This record gives sequence, C-alpha cells and structure tokens, in this order.
Amino acid sequence: MLRILHDTKIDFIKSWRLAVGVTIAFIAIGLVGLILHGGLNRSIEFTGGTLMQLEFAQPPNVGELRATVDAAGFRGAEIQQFGNNREFTVRAAGHATGANAQVQNTATQIRSALDQKYGAGNVRVIREEIVGPRVGEELSRNAMIAILISLGITMVYLAFRFEWRFGVAAVIATGHDLLSTLAFLAIMRLEVSLTVVAALLTVIGYSLNDTIIIFDRVRENLKKARPEPLYDVLNRSINETLPRSILTHATVAAATLSLLIFAGEVIRPFSWIMLFGIVTGTFSSIYIAAPVLLWVERKWPRSKGGKEGPSARSASGPAPRPSSPRTPVGAR
Amino acid sequence: MSNLKWRLALIGVLVLVSAWALFPRNVKVRQRRADGTFFDTTTYRVPLRKGLDLSGGMHLALEVDDSKGVVADKSEAIDRALKVVRTRIEGLGVSETVIEKAGSDRILVEIPGIDDRERAIKMAQDQAFLEFQITDKTNGLEKALPRLDALAREKGFGGAAASAASTVPSASTGLGGLLTTGKDTTKTAAATKSDSAKADSTKSDTTALATTGGPISKLIMAGSMPGQFAIEREHFDALKTFFESPDVQKVLPPGKVVRFGNDSTVLGGKNYRFLYLLDERPIITGEYLTEAKPNQSPIDGTVVEFGLSNEGGRRFQRETAKHVRDYMAIVLDKVVMGAPPVINSAIGTRGQIAMGQGRDLQAAQDLALVLKAGALPVPLRVAEVRNIGPSLGRDSINKALTAGAIAIVMIVGIMLVYYRFSGLLAVGGLALYVLYTLAALAGFDAVLTLPGLAGFILSIGIAVDANVLIFERIREELDRGKTVRTSIDDGFRHAMSAIVDSNVTTILTAMVLYQFGTGAVKGFAVTLIAGIAASMITSIFVVKTFYLLWLNRSRGAQTLSI
Repeated sequence: MLRILHDTKIDFIKSWRLAVGVTIAFIAIGLVGLILHGGLNRSIEFTGGTLMQLEFAQPPNVGELRATVDAAGFRGAEIQQFGNNREFTVRAAGHATGANAQVQNTATQIRSALDQKYGAGNVRVIREEIVGPRVGEELSRNAMIAILISLGITMVYLAFRFEWRFGVAAVIATGHDLLSTLAFLAIMRLEVSLTVVAALLTVIGYSLNDTIIIFDRVRENLKKARPEPLYDVLNRSINETLPRSILTHATVAAATLSLLIFAGEVIRPFSWIMLFGIVTGTFSSIYIAAPVLLWVERKWPRSKGGKEGPSARSASGPAPRPSSPRTPVGAR
Repeated sequence: MSNLKWRLALIGVLVLVSAWALFPRNVKVRQRRADGTFFDTTTYRVPLRKGLDLSGGMHLALEVDDSKGVVADKSEAIDRALKVVRTRIEGLGVSETVIEKAGSDRILVEIPGIDDRERAIKMAQDQAFLEFQITDKTNGLEKALPRLDALAREKGFGGAAASAASTVPSASTGLGGLLTTGKDTTKTAAATKSDSAKADSTKSDTTALATTGGPISKLIMAGSMPGQFAIEREHFDALKTFFESPDVQKVLPPGKVVRFGNDSTVLGGKNYRFLYLLDERPIITGEYLTEAKPNQSPIDGTVVEFGLSNEGGRRFQRETAKHVRDYMAIVLDKVVMGAPPVINSAIGTRGQIAMGQGRDLQAAQDLALVLKAGALPVPLRVAEVRNIGPSLGRDSINKALTAGAIAIVMIVGIMLVYYRFSGLLAVGGLALYVLYTLAALAGFDAVLTLPGLAGFILSIGIAVDANVLIFERIREELDRGKTVRTSIDDGFRHAMSAIVDSNVTTILTAMVLYQFGTGAVKGFAVTLIAGIAASMITSIFVVKTFYLLWLNRSRGAQTLSI
C-alpha cells in the first residue's frame, strides 16, 4: 500500500511561537494594507451603486470608454477589464438622488451614453447590478451576524460534544482564519461580494472540520489508559491524522484549483479564498487550535473529581511548554 | 447475509428514487404569443431549476416608497402589494418567476430570461390607481392664478420665469393662435367626443388669463373644455415641479386638484401638453374594475376597454347621470389618460381608456394587465436591480462544467492511485454521491446558482474526506494485526465520531448561511447541505456495503487493497 508520511513523530507544537509570529505578521500586513486602502474593496452589493458588465463587438480603447462614462456624468466610475479584452465592468458608486429618483437611473444614463458613442448593438450590457444604499447596509450587517452566529453555534455544539475548552480553542482558531483571510483579501485586493462571504463561511466550515478531526483524535487519545501530558497527546494526534490531512487537502485543492483555472472570472474570487482557506485552515488547526487548547488547559485545568488525579497544579503561565514531568495536564 | 441484501435493496431504492427525481420530464411552460395572449407549452427537460445568474434574467427588489407619506404598517402593506405584484408579473407569461416577500418590507421579483428591463420594472412598480374625476367647471384655476403668480414669484420660479420672460411675445402669439382657432383646438385636444358648445365660455376665460401676466399665467392657456389648460412642452417639467409642491395645493380652491395629461398636441408648430383642474373626489375608482383588455380603435387609437362590477356599474351610472355634459378625466396614477370625454348620458358598466396617439398595443396590454391585477396599496420603489444577460449565464455554465469535469478526474486519480481497490469503492460511492445530491436539489426544487455550482464541485473534493478518514482508520487497524473483516468493521466504527462531528458543524454553518443569505448565497447553502447529507450516506453506508459485498464474495480474504 502507498503511504505518505506514515507513522511520523514530528514535534509540531514546538515551533508554535515561530508560527504564531508569522501569522501575526501576515495579518498585520493585511490590516495595514486595509487601512492604507481605506477599507475592504467591497462590491456594490454592499456599498450600493451601479455595476455594469459590458461586452463590446470590437476591443475598445479604455481611455475612450472612460471619457464616455465621464461625459455621461459619472466621473470617478471604476472601469476594469473583465476576462478578455472585449469585456469590461463599469462601477459607479453613486446613484441619482432626490425625492423621485429611482436607483436604475444611473444605468440607463450610462447605457444611452454608450449607445451613442459606440452605436447601438456594438456594445451589449450582459450584466447589470443596481443596489440602493439601504440594501447594502443591511447586507453588511447580515453577513456579520451570519458569521458571529455560526461561530456561536459551533462553540455550543463543541462544548456539548467535546467540552468547552475544545470549543474555545476551535473558535479562536476559526477567528484566526477569518482574520488571516481578511488580510489575504486586503493583500490581493479581491472584491468582497456576497459570493465571497459565502466562500469565507465555507472556509470557516472547512477549517473547523479540520480542527475537529484532530480534536476527535485528542479526545480518543485522552481516554486511553496511559497518562500522557496534553502536549504529547496533541502532537501524537496531529501526527496520526497527518496522512488523512494530506489526502483530503489534496482532493479539495484539486477541486479548488480547477475552479480557479477553468470556472471563469465571475467565480474567481471565490476560488482564491477557498485556496487560501485550505492553507490557513490546516495551519490554524495545528498551530492555533492546539496551543490555545494547551493554554486554556493550563489556565483552567480540568478537575473532574476522583476519576482523575490532582491535575495541573503546576500551571504557571499561559504559554504551553514542551512536555515535562511537572505538567501532567491530560486526563487518564 | 440478509443484512447485506437489505443494504443493497436500500441503495437500489435510493438510486431509483434519485433517477426518477432527475429523469427528464414534461414541464409546463407558459408563453406569450405576439398578440399578447397566452398559451401553455410543455418542454422536455431535466427538472433542475437554474438561478438567474445561470439562466440570465432580472432580479428586482421593491420596497415601500415612503417619501410621499408615511406608511404605518409596512409589513402589512407589503403583504397586500405582494399579491398585486404577483398577479401582474405572472401575467407577463414568463415561466418560473419568483415573487416573494423578503424581510419585513421588501418584495423580491425574479424573472428569468426577460429582455426588456424598463418594461418589467414598470409592470412591477406602477401603482395603477385608477380614478374617474370630473373636470372643474368653476374657473377655479383662473381665480387662483393671481395667488399662484404671487407664490411663484415668492418661490423664485427661477429659470423658468426668466426663460418665460424672453418668450413672452411667442407665448402671446401662441395664445392668439389658440383663441382664433378655438374650434380647431377643441377638435384636436378633446378628440371627437368633446363638445364644441363649451368653446365660447373657454374663449372669454382665456382672455382673462392673458391679461394677468404673472410668471404662471404667462405659461398657461385655456384649453378646449372647462378645467383643461394647454402648456408648451418646454415649460412642462418646470410647471409640473411647481404644481407638485404642497404650498400650491393650499392656494388652489378647496376640493380641487391639479393633474397633468399624458397626451400632447401640436398647434402652430408648437408642442403642447395639458394640465387639468379636477374635482378631488373621484366619482369612481379602479376597485370596481372587473375586466380590462387592449384594443385598437380607428377613432381613439390604442385603447384599453374595461368593464365594471354590477355594484360599480350602478354607482357609475348614478354619478354620471349627475354629470351629463360634464367632462370626465380618466386618471391613472395621477396622470390624466388621453383627452377627457364628455358625458353625453349616464354610462353603465363599460368604458374605455385612450392611451394617447402613437402608443403601441403592448403598452395597452400591459396597462390592461396592471388594471386587472388591481392597484398597489402603497407606492413601491426599486431598491435593487440585477440583470444578467443569457449569454453570460450560458458561458458560466459551460465553464463550471469544464472545471467540474477536470476536478472529478483529478480526485478520482488521487483516490485510485493512493487507495487502489478501496479507492475504486470510494469512487463508486462518489458517483452515487453526485447522483443523490443532484436528486436532492431537484427534489427540494432548489435553485442552482453559479456559487452553488462552485460549491457543489468543491463538495466533491470534500466528500472524499469521510472515505479518507475511514480508510486511514482501516489501515491503522490492519497495522495492529487485526483480520481484514475486523479491521473494516473497527475502521468504520472509529471514524464515525470524527465524521459526524465535523459534518454537523458544517451543516450548522450552512443553515446560518441559508437563514441570512439571499438569492445566490441561499442556493449555495442548500447545495452545501444536500452535499453533506449525501456524502455521509455514501461514505458511511454505501461504501460499507461495497466492502461487505466484497468480503462476501472472497471469503477469508487475507489482504485488502487499500
């Protein structure tokens, strides 16, 4: 039988400081970028405004296109090539205001300006999204609520199925994934649309999945008769699940890569986030969830009465240290 | 043994049910002929619904427009408006439209494959409040003109006043033209039904108008019937804005309202629009309307013929009997439709609305449809429009299918190379996974969107995770020196907790997504949930059955290809 990384004994957790340092640096870079760019590059679903995807019969001159849109009264509209050189998106932030103004006015004006310039039939509007400001606000709020609620529910479920320490560790690891994915979004300047929010939530689910697979092993190993420090249990569990991790990540990466390469421009931000999600999800399961679990264990050692011996009296600091006989944290 | 048969039977039933759910069938589709009537056709296709981003089409979000007055209970108003919008949109004859309430104060409308954006928006949004109002006979506007002029000066009837000053001569010549050709105007403006006997009184009023000379009276000329006034097209917008301000309403005689007409006329090379002063109280409203149909009339052009209910008919008869030889304006959403006809005698249950010259039959069809569906209880405004061309949708499907095919080939390759025979069993399970998931989507009538399709492809990659977990466990058990049969049993048993816990958390996340997402994201969540359920069934139950089948065939197998 073909085996990859079978029966390894790598001390993963030893280098947690380095790993945490790297991820904090990455998130910091992302956040600085975020501040420099003045926030996330949010799609008009969130900001409100008008987006038009245009298909030209002939590749147009971008400067000319910009001039046409400017002349129609939408100075500062964002114009981007989308896929091939005959397709462009026009993004106008504002829309007509006033008591009777309808949100669709902007699109109609741009449309007629383009028809005049290029001749009707030479430019086709193949996608059009017009969103009022209130809808956008509501969406942003709903997206935030969705993420918070899903994290809350997960924590409760894990507290029920495992115990609260695992829930806390898993949720902190997931929070890390959220932050690092946001940093990734900022660095890549990806447009945050509703689809991207869906991808973000998928990343959360996937990362949790990964963490839970390892925690399941930890739970099982803790039940074994041989008392072992939690540090060692964690390391052993990560090593034991390593072949599974490699294989699953390989198949998911295969699906994600083919989406990224072949599924076209519309779904590309989704694919990028999923690809990054595989990396950060794997990383956080090992280097965030496990150290946090160790830390929580030290801070609030479990005391289940008679069944276990006196546990973790020597808990001295938040930082988990390599196994030493003085820290018999785990259960029997 | 019997256990195995039972398992195989269950899988067989699931496959049959899935195949049945996905089998191409006749789907009834409503279509519209060129002349506006409908017919039902059946098409033969797989019953999977495509979202707007794949089929192309329009997504609209409508919300209560409270800019013109506070709406007390928006949620209740939306419920009533929903019924009206649904009747209208379904009347368009496009199949598989979605019209639903979203949140407490919004209506979502999804129309696949529509090409005329403005028309669809108009259909959804027109309030269609029909009123029949008698034109003013008391020279109310003429009497109010000095006050209107004063108000206009006070408000600085800005650019319009300035431009009016420069066009004074032309205005007065236009006026002269109107006066001298009074009888012609009557014919043009009020069509054949108007009564020229009224022209005399009109004439004298018009003279009074001209002498006032204020900013408003300069622009307004008496028309051919009491309460009708002609204005030059170039001043139309300015005057409309002026008369819509609430201050103006206070200056007008009590019980009267100003409305503008949709009709226009050309006189002496100039284009005129009409303004009306009407009795505020309608003699009847559109709520009594029972039928409406478009027609072409040689005299009036495109018209909508309507019929009233018995009660409405009685009321209409009573009211019109009181107003013989008066002019009755037909007002739709505060716009006077065509030239008000004179009431020659009491009218019963039938009548017609003139659409004005040069309007095509489709406009009349839409109006008839809107009138029949009834008026919207509250004005609605468009909060969101999303329009996707059909070519983009087709392109998206093709690209997603390519990506999906390549993903499947790669995943199958990985599984076969790494797990050999067991990998083959997993691939068999994966095939059933795809079948079950699609069937579940068809069964729940879920909408397949582009993110949903991407999520589905992704889920194929994630679906093998359960198999991988089980296979790795079996390997561990084999390493401990257990027999093949025991290893398989123990492997499945030990992997179970990890599979259940990890999948349940994902389902919980997907459910939150479904709750808070809209449109495409909702579709994504449904695909995800269906995928996870199918994945658990295939990896835990189907692949286990395959193993049992294999063990049964090769009794006492000492090795397992895994």
